[in-house]
Amino acid sequence: MNPAATNPPVATPFFFYLLAATMIIGGILVITRKNAVHSAMALITALLAQSGLYLMLYAPFVAGVQIILYAGGIMVLFLFVIMLINIERTVKERQFNKQWLVGIVAAAALGGLFIAVYTTATAGKPLFPEGRVTYGEGQNTQAVAALLFDRSAGQYMFAFEIASLLLLVAIIGAVVMAKKRI
Amino acid sequence: MHDFIQYIQSYLDSDKTPGGAGNIFWATVYILLVFGGLSVAVIAMNWLERKILAHMQVRLGPMRVGPHGLLQPIADALKLLLKEDIIPAEADKIVFWIAPFIVTLAAFTVFVVVPFGPTHAITDMNIGILFMLGVSSLSVLGIVTAGWASNSHYPLIGALRSSAQMVSYEVAMGLAVVSVIMMTSLGSLATGLYGVGNVGSQASGTLSMIGIVQAQQAQGVWFIFKFFPLGLIAFAIFAIAMVAETNRAPFDLPEAESELTAGFHTEYSGFRWSLFFLAEYSAMIAVSSIAVTLWLGGWLRPFPGVHGPSIAIPHIWPPADPSAPTGRLDFVFALCPGIAFLLLGAMCFYNVQRMPQHPLFKIQTMGLAGFGATLGLIGLAMFIPAVRDRVEDIFWFSAKVAAFMYLYIWYRGTFPRYRFDQLMKVGWKVLLPIGLALLILTAVVGMRAEIWAQFTGGLR
Repeated sequence: MNPAATNPPVATPFFFYLLAATMIIGGILVITRKNAVHSAMALITALLAQSGLYLMLYAPFVAGVQIILYAGGIMVLFLFVIMLINIERTVKERQFNKQWLVGIVAAAALGGLFIAVYTTATAGKPLFPEGRVTYGEGQNTQAVAALLFDRSAGQYMFAFEIASLLLLVAIIGAVVMAKKRI
Repeated sequence: MHDFIQYIQSYLDSDKTPGGAGNIFWATVYILLVFGGLSVAVIAMNWLERKILAHMQVRLGPMRVGPHGLLQPIADALKLLLKEDIIPAEADKIVFWIAPFIVTLAAFTVFVVVPFGPTHAITDMNIGILFMLGVSSLSVLGIVTAGWASNSHYPLIGALRSSAQMVSYEVAMGLAVVSVIMMTSLGSLATGLYGVGNVGSQASGTLSMIGIVQAQQAQGVWFIFKFFPLGLIAFAIFAIAMVAETNRAPFDLPEAESELTAGFHTEYSGFRWSLFFLAEYSAMIAVSSIAVTLWLGGWLRPFPGVHGPSIAIPHIWPPADPSAPTGRLDFVFALCPGIAFLLLGAMCFYNVQRMPQHPLFKIQTMGLAGFGATLGLIGLAMFIPAVRDRVEDIFWFSAKVAAFMYLYIWYRGTFPRYRFDQLMKVGWKVLLPIGLALLILTAVVGMRAEIWAQFTGGLR
């Protein structure tokens, strides 16, 4: 079941660093641009690069959903809202976020955690458990479906439905709050 | 050098797509071929649209540049490239600059998974149709940003209309597509499907574009006719939604020239405008190929299940592939591509003889004769067995897509434009409920045996 056996990956490190660098640059641009539309475009770039990373992890279904939902759906609505507010004022206005100190501490803590995990893993203990199930690229969608809907193996059906119910409640709530008279 | 040649040849013997075989050389060749073919198709479509629309309105259309205006699109392309490229003073320069590239990228990237034949696709993805829908939905980003960055009223209105329209119709489109994806595994074969492999014990369907066509082949039915009339209704929903999705008449509100000058690309000129143009037409081809793949049997010829009695003509028939069918009808259909090109060539020669006899038209007449001869030669080449067996699937796929392109032109010549509230009404209040009902009905009809067993107390 080793996905790499059927079709050896090409230039994996190159693409990983390319996508990772795109994501990081995109992420930095999101928080540094003053123009909200530019931020949104940078966020879209980062999300697309992330879907590329999912593809590299042999999870094409997740990558496709990432493109459709985040890059295609949510970001369009983001842009929609951003375009309706007055950009000119926000560009000239002074930035007034005062959490930068807390932000730096949190980021440093997370970075330290990553480094700690990585160094302990390379010091002998494996980072990921051996023998985890990896499906080939050609079966990813089917595997996700089986986890959701299969009679014997399916275990996430209930959680999935609950999540969709939550989204429905959110939609109805948004409509109720936005419309004065229904 | 020798290794390199072997590397190139190794792919030809396999029955995989270049991406599936992991062959970089052939993948590059296919990408260039698809890109080139697409550009030629867009150019041809430009000429055809103007000619066909003109004939529908009892005009002649372009007649000046080249015989019957054949060189008009090339002249137009030259004009667009040489035109001044204007960026409005108050525009957001970066976004204005990026927007046409987003649209073009989205429109061309989807062709990575379009199956022109069982081996003639750049690659086959497990998420094929999902990838196509996702990437083509990115083009709305380009349109929105183009309209916003122009910093002008008409483009912004056009962009807002366009995004509202595309987001609305994507829902109905998705529902129609899902019902087809369910059909790949429903109501026919009990066990493992089409090389996708089984996870667990039950048969699983597929999202792969090649897999969907192979499912139609294995089930012996185009999905437009499956569970009649459910497949047909799904196809109708998709056929309406895809016109709205590509912003074409009668849903061309984003660029309604009588209301918004040119909609979201009003401020664009020259090369950037031509990128929007290119993207619009290649997006039309892309959604048409989705429709062809999902409902009309992709690369399969008409009546793929009927073969007729076997015949054998030495060196010509049966085809080299031992697994291919050898019937009489197969042979007749295999000759179709060549005959089609010969007919096109003959049409050129018919028009050569009708050209004006004036000496000024001498070069044009010779050019048309040369064009006809080229088409005829291509037609003759398609009778060579090795070529014939390789291009037949591409021919049928392209012919079906071409029928859809004609439909687009026909719509534009026939229907008046919708009003925006009518458009939203059709999308949300008609297509969406029908799509939902269709989804449930397809599932019920497909699982009828299991449901019946539940009631009668059988099955596990």
